[in-house]
Amino acid sequence: MQEAIGSGLYGLVAGFLHVHWSNPVMVVVGLILLYLGIKKDIEPVLLVPIGFGCILVNIPLAGLMEKEGFLRVIYDAGITTELFPLLIFIGIGAMTDFGPLLENPKIFLLGAAGQFGIFLTLSLALALGFTKLEAVSIGIIGACDGPTAIYVTSQYAPHLLGAVSVAAYCYMSLVPMIQPPIMRWLTTKEERMINMGMVKTSVSSTTKILFPLVVTVLGGLIAPKGLPLLATIMLGNFMKECGVVGRLARASENEIANIVTLLLGISIGATMDGRVFLTAQTLIILVLGFVAICLDTACGVLFGKLMKVLTGGKVNPLIGAAGISAYPMSARVVQKEGQKYNRQNFLLMHAMGANTGGQVGSVMAAAVMLSILKGMGII
Amino acid sequence: MDNWTFGITMTVVGMGGTLLSLWIFSLLMSALKRFFPYKEEEKGKGN
Repeated sequence: MQEAIGSGLYGLVAGFLHVHWSNPVMVVVGLILLYLGIKKDIEPVLLVPIGFGCILVNIPLAGLMEKEGFLRVIYDAGITTELFPLLIFIGIGAMTDFGPLLENPKIFLLGAAGQFGIFLTLSLALALGFTKLEAVSIGIIGACDGPTAIYVTSQYAPHLLGAVSVAAYCYMSLVPMIQPPIMRWLTTKEERMINMGMVKTSVSSTTKILFPLVVTVLGGLIAPKGLPLLATIMLGNFMKECGVVGRLARASENEIANIVTLLLGISIGATMDGRVFLTAQTLIILVLGFVAICLDTACGVLFGKLMKVLTGGKVNPLIGAAGISAYPMSARVVQKEGQKYNRQNFLLMHAMGANTGGQVGSVMAAAVMLSILKGMGII
Repeated sequence: MDNWTFGITMTVVGMGGTLLSLWIFSLLMSALKRFFPYKEEEKGKGN
């Protein structure tokens, strides 16, 4: 009888007895993520489920990430299969207006320059001793694009998924703080004052409908390994532009995106078990992610300066900073910086063009990267 | 393949490949705009 009572009582305190030192630390990390989402409005739709998932997975003996645990079931269903990031991409495509980019297709090049940080950071990660596929996953933080980072990391370095995802989403939301000093440092006052004029409407609906089809087919031929990423974002945009499946487009950008974001967030949080997350490696990944976004911004602005020279001073180099995928935050940062130096300057639509170019650029950079890895026989 | 060669290859081919891809996209978009020019009557359609 006494033994039975003892066993019963042990069952009630076993959770406390199995607390590892890293668990309370990670609960605090989860609370910080919740605080950032709720109080600071930093990507709340993601940081709230990530923070909650992080707390859940650090409660011992609950077995939520063990076989048949409910977080494991969600993780296997959507992250292991890569389904969640792809479904989110359909929603992103349906939300994005590529019109400003199509008004001035040359701005596409800024979307490429804004991805250079990915490749430079990859080399840095290799120099710091990460394996090839780990370095690829760390470099992809520079895509400034959460779903792309999750897609690549879940395939090739799933043990880094928590750190890479948190870095990608946190730095994306910190773009208004990270970019301006770099933009000011790399440009002169005269360059920041360049007025690019108003964007005129010159794109037909036929062009807007054909754009996603052409990009999907051509991009798929250039980098077949990245076709799922490219195809899903373009499918969403095609549904939006063709105008006959409004219900599907609206469902993609609202209901589907919301449900998947919840499941994606909680699954990412579930990878943040203190025993595997609290390592020096995680800290290095967070630093490298920051470096990647700084390099993206610097490369974009420098490419903007090159375009300024080539166009005889018609391009304001600030819009190069919007060549990353943080849409539309980065474009707003450019508009704000431009107006500080010239009240008559309206860079927003030009920056939106570069920003949507950055969205295609980030997906294309990941696709190119995967196809090179495939070509080398590494994946 | 050693890490040094891998890093350089990824950086050069990756950056070049991304830039080249988007440059081709920009050329195609310019061509599409030329083949299917914007007409004033589209203004009212909201597209």
